[in-house]
Amino acid sequence: AQFESFLCDVRVITTISKLTKTCVLRLTPDNLFFVLSGKVANGGVSMWCELSQANFFDEYQMEGVSPEDNEICLEVTPENLSRALKTIQNAKAVKVKLTKKHCPCLTIAAELPTLSSISRVVTHDVPVDVIPRRLWNEFKEPSMPDFDVSIYLPPLKTLKNIVDRMKNLSNFLVIEANLSGEMNLKIETDLVSVTTHFKDLGNPPWGDDASQDGGPSQSRDPEAMAQARVDIRKLQQFLMGQQVNPSKAMCSKSTHRVVHLILLHEDVSLQYFIPAVA
Amino acid sequence: MDCIVTGGNVKVLAKAIHSLSRIGDELYVEPQEDGLALRSVNSSRSAYACFLFAPLFFSRYTVHSGHTFRCKMAIKSVQAVFRSLASLEKTVEKCHIELDDQNNRLTFTLHCKHGLMKTHNLSFQDSESLQAVFDKDSYANVFRSHPRLLVDTVMHFPPSLEEVTVSVSDERMWVRNHVEEEGDQSKAMLTELCLASDEFDHFAVQAHNSVTFCLKELRGLLVFAESTGLPMSMYFDEPGSPVVLSVTDSVLEGNFVLATLSDDPNHRKKNNSRRTHTRPPPPPDDFMNDDIDSYLIAMDTSVAPGSSATGPPTPPLSQDKDTQPPNKKFCSLFFGSVLPPSSQMSTQPVSSQQVLASDSEDDVQ
Repeated sequence: AQFESFLCDVRVITTISKLTKTCVLRLTPDNLFFVLSGKVANGGVSMWCELSQANFFDEYQMEGVSPEDNEICLEVTPENLSRALKTIQNAKAVKVKLTKKHCPCLTIAAELPTLSSISRVVTHDVPVDVIPRRLWNEFKEPSMPDFDVSIYLPPLKTLKNIVDRMKNLSNFLVIEANLSGEMNLKIETDLVSVTTHFKDLGNPPWGDDASQDGGPSQSRDPEAMAQARVDIRKLQQFLMGQQVNPSKAMCSKSTHRVVHLILLHEDVSLQYFIPAVA
Repeated sequence: MDCIVTGGNVKVLAKAIHSLSRIGDELYVEPQEDGLALRSVNSSRSAYACFLFAPLFFSRYTVHSGHTFRCKMAIKSVQAVFRSLASLEKTVEKCHIELDDQNNRLTFTLHCKHGLMKTHNLSFQDSESLQAVFDKDSYANVFRSHPRLLVDTVMHFPPSLEEVTVSVSDERMWVRNHVEEEGDQSKAMLTELCLASDEFDHFAVQAHNSVTFCLKELRGLLVFAESTGLPMSMYFDEPGSPVVLSVTDSVLEGNFVLATLSDDPNHRKKNNSRRTHTRPPPPPDDFMNDDIDSYLIAMDTSVAPGSSATGPPTPPLSQDKDTQPPNKKFCSLFFGSVLPPSSQMSTQPVSSQQVLASDSEDDVQ
């Protein structure tokens, strides 16, 4: 596979590098996906990040494993990718290729501007592991759980500040939200309980492409809170990595099962699933 | 010794000390007739740095002739004197460095604005002279550029990166990170940068060589060069021979000498056979383990002239030819025992060997 690009927005990869050490990169003719499947090793969190290749690359050629399975699956270390892409921010041109050096690599070659007539070329070979087709099932797009409540998030920076402070008091955090745009973050210990209330957040209207099964039942009481208790560190890790304020950030809860966070920013969508604990 | 540094030069002195601290923990101070030498070396003797400040750098420079004074001190203590570079510039008018013989202290007095004076009395230890032996002018490959070029190059490599390999051809220089083959090579990210010769002010290649050295220790010099804007020169020869980076202006000269990997058995053999013309072949034991100890011992005893036992004067290139597995190791720099010329003449045929030539750092124009 080979793509030429003027890859401008590397921040999403930096964000992902803060969420996980390794993840899977799926390349299809139209999209790139960064996937982390929920395994016990990750504490059950999973992530799905989707980028449309047309928005990043001027030229994109790829040939999958076979015509029926026209995609490539690689295991990558996002930190390496992020580091490589950071150094080529000012490049005149960037080429990304899947190559085989001492091992399969994503080779990122950039032409840097210089004062001389000959450009400076920097090449980063990021080792990857090719994932065999039989394991591809693990990295399919996650299905949307039946959720009870969906709500727009307050500014992530605010959330992060609050969660950072709460983390010092407890390992678990309860997120609750209702269909009237209200959300609470609660922690409770033997000594203290702290709640932060958010109002007027707004609830996304369902029927957009994030919903697969028509949304929550209409008979739900708009004031009733859907609750989920999560490991606070996982939420904190998610918030830590965010560098950009997304244009849309939503949180959906299916009571007692999973918290689904979705961020949309320009051409990137990032979904993060945190399992709820009892 | 008694000297005074004024104005902007105080900051330059401070920066030099900070960059020396990136090499080793101790600062070797040697005031000479031709200037003040500040040196540092790392614990494995694979990196050495020296700044030589000419008398003109100082507004007053007095050295007691006839009594060679040499000392070493914890570099952190000296850094503490020049702690905040930004405030140095704004508040310090001059810095007076004076040897207090009676109390065995080196006194640094900072004369600051508003009549404020800060005096630091630092204790020191007598020390042997520390001088790496290298002759950069004889090296095959010489480059000079604005420090910005090297800073921009180094930026592409992670700060934790240990070793880089620099390779040259007639028109190009490649810099890439060096990965040990025995290590976890499948996971290592490789970065390579290619520079064209016309990005340099001077690019003279006589031998298409590749040298591998430790990048970390160099960063101190890069910071110094970039902040002073002085062009940086780089000299290297064959693998195993040190790489030298220097900055020079009319009143100071800084040299950072880093050992390079010598791992090519062919190279080793070639060098050995050359050396045998001028000297008996080196002992076939591991240079790293045995001979370096004898060098260290020799250095400690060099204070008393006459004990010139430096062991066999093997250059850093001499290798164990047969038994050693291709274990890549950095060659240590060769440290000559510096003795008063009279006692040295008979034991060491210094002039006939390239590698043992006296270090050029004493030449300050």
